[in-house]
Amino acid sequence: MTKVTRRSLLKGGAAFAAGTTLGAPMIWAQNIKDVTLRQFGTGVSNLNDVANKVKEDLGFTLEMTALDSDSVTQRAATQPNSFDIADIEYWICKKVWPTGNLQAMDTSKIKNYDKIVGIFRSGKLTPESSIAQGTAPHTVGFTDGPDGTGFVDHESGWMTLIPTIYNADTLGIRPDLIGRPINNWHELLNPEFKGKASILDISSIGIMDMAMVVESMGEYTYPDKGNMTREEIDLTMKIFTEAKRNGQFRAFWKSFDESVNLMASGEVVIQSMWSPAITAVKSKGVECVYQPLEEGYRSWGGGIGLSSALTGLERDAAYEYINWYLDGWVGGYLMRQGYYSAVPETSKNYMSENEWGYWFEGKPATDTITSPTGDALAQAGDVRDGGSFEDRMGAVACWNAVMDENQYMVRKWNEFIAA
Amino acid sequence: MLKNNTFIGWLMALPIMAVLVFFLVLPIAMIVMVSFWKATEFSIIPAFDLGNYEFLFGSNVTYRVFFNTFKYAFLTWVFTLSIGFTVAYFLAFHVRSQTWQIVLFLLCTIPFWTSNIIRMISWIPFLGRNGIANSTLISWGVIDQPLDWLLFSDFAVILAFVHLYTLFMVVPIFNTMMRIDTSLIEAARDAGASGAQILWNVIIPLTKPGIMIGTIFVVTLVMGDFITVRFMSGSQSANVGRLISNDIALLAYPSAAATAVVLLLTVLLVIGVMLRFVDIRKEL
Repeated sequence: MTKVTRRSLLKGGAAFAAGTTLGAPMIWAQNIKDVTLRQFGTGVSNLNDVANKVKEDLGFTLEMTALDSDSVTQRAATQPNSFDIADIEYWICKKVWPTGNLQAMDTSKIKNYDKIVGIFRSGKLTPESSIAQGTAPHTVGFTDGPDGTGFVDHESGWMTLIPTIYNADTLGIRPDLIGRPINNWHELLNPEFKGKASILDISSIGIMDMAMVVESMGEYTYPDKGNMTREEIDLTMKIFTEAKRNGQFRAFWKSFDESVNLMASGEVVIQSMWSPAITAVKSKGVECVYQPLEEGYRSWGGGIGLSSALTGLERDAAYEYINWYLDGWVGGYLMRQGYYSAVPETSKNYMSENEWGYWFEGKPATDTITSPTGDALAQAGDVRDGGSFEDRMGAVACWNAVMDENQYMVRKWNEFIAA
Repeated sequence: MLKNNTFIGWLMALPIMAVLVFFLVLPIAMIVMVSFWKATEFSIIPAFDLGNYEFLFGSNVTYRVFFNTFKYAFLTWVFTLSIGFTVAYFLAFHVRSQTWQIVLFLLCTIPFWTSNIIRMISWIPFLGRNGIANSTLISWGVIDQPLDWLLFSDFAVILAFVHLYTLFMVVPIFNTMMRIDTSLIEAARDAGASGAQILWNVIIPLTKPGIMIGTIFVVTLVMGDFITVRFMSGSQSANVGRLISNDIALLAYPSAAATAVVLLLTVLLVIGVMLRFVDIRKEL
């Protein structure tokens, strides 16, 4: 009862604060300073800059732990008391949600809920867009109530994850070492790049890249890449095992840094890659392109989930944090790394016109574009690889996924690595 | 009276018993138990199920991976033994002053002041396609094209293993060599034996316990390793350790436990066979 009163008080305050201080979050209670929230997730958004800014803006302490995707899944599924906030991807959510280790979040407490892009709500970027294959975020984004254990296909008011970050992934290439245009996924297995290709060794993401390649080669068209049958998995693995035995791959990478090193050192000229890895290679002064391909992008999305053990003041602080997250500062920070924010319009306030034009609208840069850490990434006149937000997110062919045959796939993946 | 003595004997052995039971026997018993359990993607179910073992022995990947593990262990053993023996021989018989022996021995340990991982990873930029090794060879005119097999290959894996573990061979061999009574060598020399004969008939037999201890270190370390194989092969090769670590990463604890049990038995078997040849108790 007291909590309800307190909550409505806070909400009233929030509206007031929004009107007066341009959405700068307020410290509600002195004791919130003693709150420490433990967040863990993949390296992409577990940034110390964010923790520092939280301390500055909200007053409480955010402890960050960055792990690889497999470890994140493992921890979320097996150690619910080891974290307060899980910063995970939607396909991980599909695996973790049924364990009951996360709690549903009330969207009425999310100030910018209405401004969250359609991908995470109806599944559609624009009313006309079609929904890509795989674990599309909206399919695992909602549950039926505060104690929901399943997923529902409409905006129920209870979210499993509050979306924070997403992007469209494709192959990264070294144009200076390749010297010709690359337009299709099948180039990954082109013998021309024998011993100079790489793919990531995270099964649930790697299999999707493989599927994009297999389709592009014209070997097979999957009814649903995100949910393959055993035969389809076998076929996919056979093609890649053969390529591996022929020495197509230089290495497989598992962590972000490995992919950067492979590319920057010239060990690899074409590989699956993540956007900020491209940024990191470029900031070393090495030419690197996040090559848009005809078949489209493999996309992924991440969000923040709350541990089911989180209650009381800590939970209030967590909601505070989520609202702050969607308020634009983090969004701007992430967008300047090449990701997208779930609420792009608030991020705009924290980006210069040049940055917004380059990263979001696909316009030529009017001045040097720098990363959040200050490295120059693009010069005046450069255009972002793949163009605008609508061009990139509108060309998503599939989402990172967990399949019904996941365990079989994982075993096959292990065999592929050992082959 | 006698009865009382036995009792006191047991009592004195109790602390070490307790330590061994809690930290050795129980964990291994747990692993054996879990290896019969079943797993779904995010939960493990207590059961008595042979499925993990069936899958393990039914997959030809397992055999390939075990073969790979033995291959790494054997090749690493050959190289660490020949290098380790030579170094120990030099230290024990060629360096006369004890001060210099200690100085040179400490010199051998300097690389071990940094972490394993650092020592291993520092090979990567060195051996890479545009790394120091390749660019040096090209500038000397030895090769025209960079050698790709220097990095992310079995060669790189073995090289890293040898680099990491040679000291484990040097130390016990050096130790046994220092205990060899020099009058035996003098006697052999007086009896007209050549240098090679002394080495083969006197030194090597007397050094066997040290060689065996070093071998046990190297073989168990290499067979249990996964991170060196992952980094130096660029994730392209697998040994049993990687199989286990992959399973753990994917929450398949029972399957990881089953693999661990098989690996444990294999290593015990290997060590058992080795101990048939040499009585290392002499050394202790």
